[in-house]
Amino acid sequence: MAAVQNSSTHPEDNLVQKGIKEGIFAGVIAFGLFLLYIGVVTEQNIHNELVYRFRWFALAVFVIIAAVGRFLVVTVGQPWLAARKADAKNKVADSGESALKKALPKLALVFLLAYPMLAVGLAGPQGSLKYVDNFGIQILIYVMLGWGLNIVVGLAGLLDLGYVAFYAVGAYSYALLSTYFGLSFWVLLPLSGILAAFWGMILGFPVLRLRGDYLAIVTLAFGEIIRLVLINWSDVTKGTFGISSIPKATLFGIKFDASKDGFAALMGLAPSSAYYKIFLFYLILALCLLTAYVTIRLRRMPIGRAWEALREDEIACRALGINTVTTKLTAFAIGAMFGGFAGSFFAARQGFVSPDSFIFMESAIILAIVVLGGMGSLGGIAVAALVMIGGTELLREMEFLKVIFGPDFTPELYRMLLFGAAMVLVMLFKPRGFVGSREPTAFLRERKAVSGSFTKEGHG
Amino acid sequence: MEYFVQQLINGLTLGSIYGLVAIGYTMVYGIIGMVNFAHGDIFMLGAFAALIVFLILSPIIGIAGVAVIVLLLAMLVVAMFMTSLWNWTIERVAYRPLRGSFRLAPLITAIGMSIFLSNFIQVAQGPRNKPIPGLVNDVYTIAGLSVSLKQIIIMIVTATLLAVFWYIVNHTPLGRAQRATEQDRKMAALLGIDVDRTISITFIMGAALAAVAGAMYLIYYGVASYSDGFVPGVKAFTAAVLGGIGSLPGAVLGGLLIGLIESLWSAYFTIAYKDVATFAILAFVLIFKPSGLLGRPEVEKV
Repeated sequence: MAAVQNSSTHPEDNLVQKGIKEGIFAGVIAFGLFLLYIGVVTEQNIHNELVYRFRWFALAVFVIIAAVGRFLVVTVGQPWLAARKADAKNKVADSGESALKKALPKLALVFLLAYPMLAVGLAGPQGSLKYVDNFGIQILIYVMLGWGLNIVVGLAGLLDLGYVAFYAVGAYSYALLSTYFGLSFWVLLPLSGILAAFWGMILGFPVLRLRGDYLAIVTLAFGEIIRLVLINWSDVTKGTFGISSIPKATLFGIKFDASKDGFAALMGLAPSSAYYKIFLFYLILALCLLTAYVTIRLRRMPIGRAWEALREDEIACRALGINTVTTKLTAFAIGAMFGGFAGSFFAARQGFVSPDSFIFMESAIILAIVVLGGMGSLGGIAVAALVMIGGTELLREMEFLKVIFGPDFTPELYRMLLFGAAMVLVMLFKPRGFVGSREPTAFLRERKAVSGSFTKEGHG
Repeated sequence: MEYFVQQLINGLTLGSIYGLVAIGYTMVYGIIGMVNFAHGDIFMLGAFAALIVFLILSPIIGIAGVAVIVLLLAMLVVAMFMTSLWNWTIERVAYRPLRGSFRLAPLITAIGMSIFLSNFIQVAQGPRNKPIPGLVNDVYTIAGLSVSLKQIIIMIVTATLLAVFWYIVNHTPLGRAQRATEQDRKMAALLGIDVDRTISITFIMGAALAAVAGAMYLIYYGVASYSDGFVPGVKAFTAAVLGGIGSLPGAVLGGLLIGLIESLWSAYFTIAYKDVATFAILAFVLIFKPSGLLGRPEVEKV
């Protein structure tokens, strides 16, 4: 990038020259990076010994892709971006939001309410399973988790890397209490939320003095501790085997099974597992809406304003007489409560829980959704969950790729690889998230840029 | 008593590995104030580079006599070079454009990079564990204690590297530039320090140490896996925080402490809860001394 712009002669030539130079540089770097990891593959042979073989072709493909990619970025991508930036500056800023944007949440809600019907109508009861379960419910669980974590990270500004612990507490509360004591889903749903909130307070209390990254690592540690206890306390939790055959949720006592008084029989419909999934879809949708409603209401209440104030400036908060201890604890507890709700829903949906579902990677994914969506913005988080989770789920469906890359190609393997890469790319191009951060709800006289927008890394 | 000392030796070996990785965390945190979450995976890349070099070289030169020394050196050097290149590229691509952006942005790219790297190795090299035959198997018995040659090598290499790095940071122009950048990046830039270059070199140094740790982890346990980055990475980060993040001696001390806690806990209590013990002690230290053991207390600026 050190090439000097020589504007008087031929800028086009210069650009191509620069592109070639950088392309070759990128190719050399890529050759170094992938030489051992792509160029050589290690495998076990039939004697179970580790052997290696070279993969020069794959290495060459990677190097060429890097070089050509860099060349195109320099010659085409960067000038285009620069031109667009200049365009945006010249354009008069659009004042106000368009009517469409305002109506978007309502449209989305209508679509979501109709979604299972559309799926059934288009794909039939059996075919709709995939769309309702893998896409609908899966994405909505992450929306709910994202909105729950948003209270802690987005509103109160406390970086929590162990959110999945509360999800686990909720899931195991339901799994254990329903299998051991036979309590119903509707009793356990609030109870799991309360238990998770309780754990949120227990874990929150000792870490209140910590800030920023220290808080992050301690919450990460707590998340791991809960998972390790679930693995090792096998008398109660059955360890890594997990708890299976967890009772399903019921609708006013009506069971979703093929029995005489099951849902399908009562409604006079053909028995199908699709009804339970559709029921679960509306259930998680209702839970999501509850989360959103509570968040929106809380933001207008003194406690919500205290959270936002805490996020912007903790010292100023203390100077103004806000009790930072209770403020932080309520954020932790309420965030944890929604995690607990989502957890008990998860247990009811899967019918099976094991510690494998609550690894750190889940926390990282939820945090990524919150940050990529734009911290504090509910709509942004929903979009981020849709793109990141829906995108990776979509990858499972890419059967046609097998035609291109051969029958051994399994797209699932690349799911997390692409997820990681997407996290990096989205952050690079939109560091403020898809929608951008929410500004504080309350203002004195006029909207000003808040200090949070200027916060540098490591000193927030 | 002998059992206790034996566990101490095992703990110090493990602690040396954690300490080396912790230095990478602490240096990067000190200089740009971000948690380089991908550092654990850089450690794993180091182990894989060493593994591949071992597979390629060992049939050619054998694993007896002088050849072992050549082999070990080649594994260390290639692993250091590979991870340095990776960490340099990662810093360039994923962290540098976000410098000066808000605090969570580089953390998220770091987590993304961590996911990317471990899955990249899973896809490129396969998900199975990769065992290698034992490389140096001599075990000495001194006064009833058994010390393996591996442990001696690990401790000697760690001590040597620490001495070299201590010298670089405290007594060379490069180290001075690093310390200046750490204290005040803007002022350092005004005084003619190439801040970008200094930060790049910090990443390279951290990666090289992580590679050595990875290679020695491979030699010690004889197995590498794509998922090996996370747990040692988190423990090394715990070590860095325990010792006081930003402090080099603190990172080493924290690493040794974590290693000792882990091996003593597994020896005297239960191996199942050793990680719980590590994390619980971290939480306790932070609650009562939030700046870590050797860290400077953070001054709040209004």
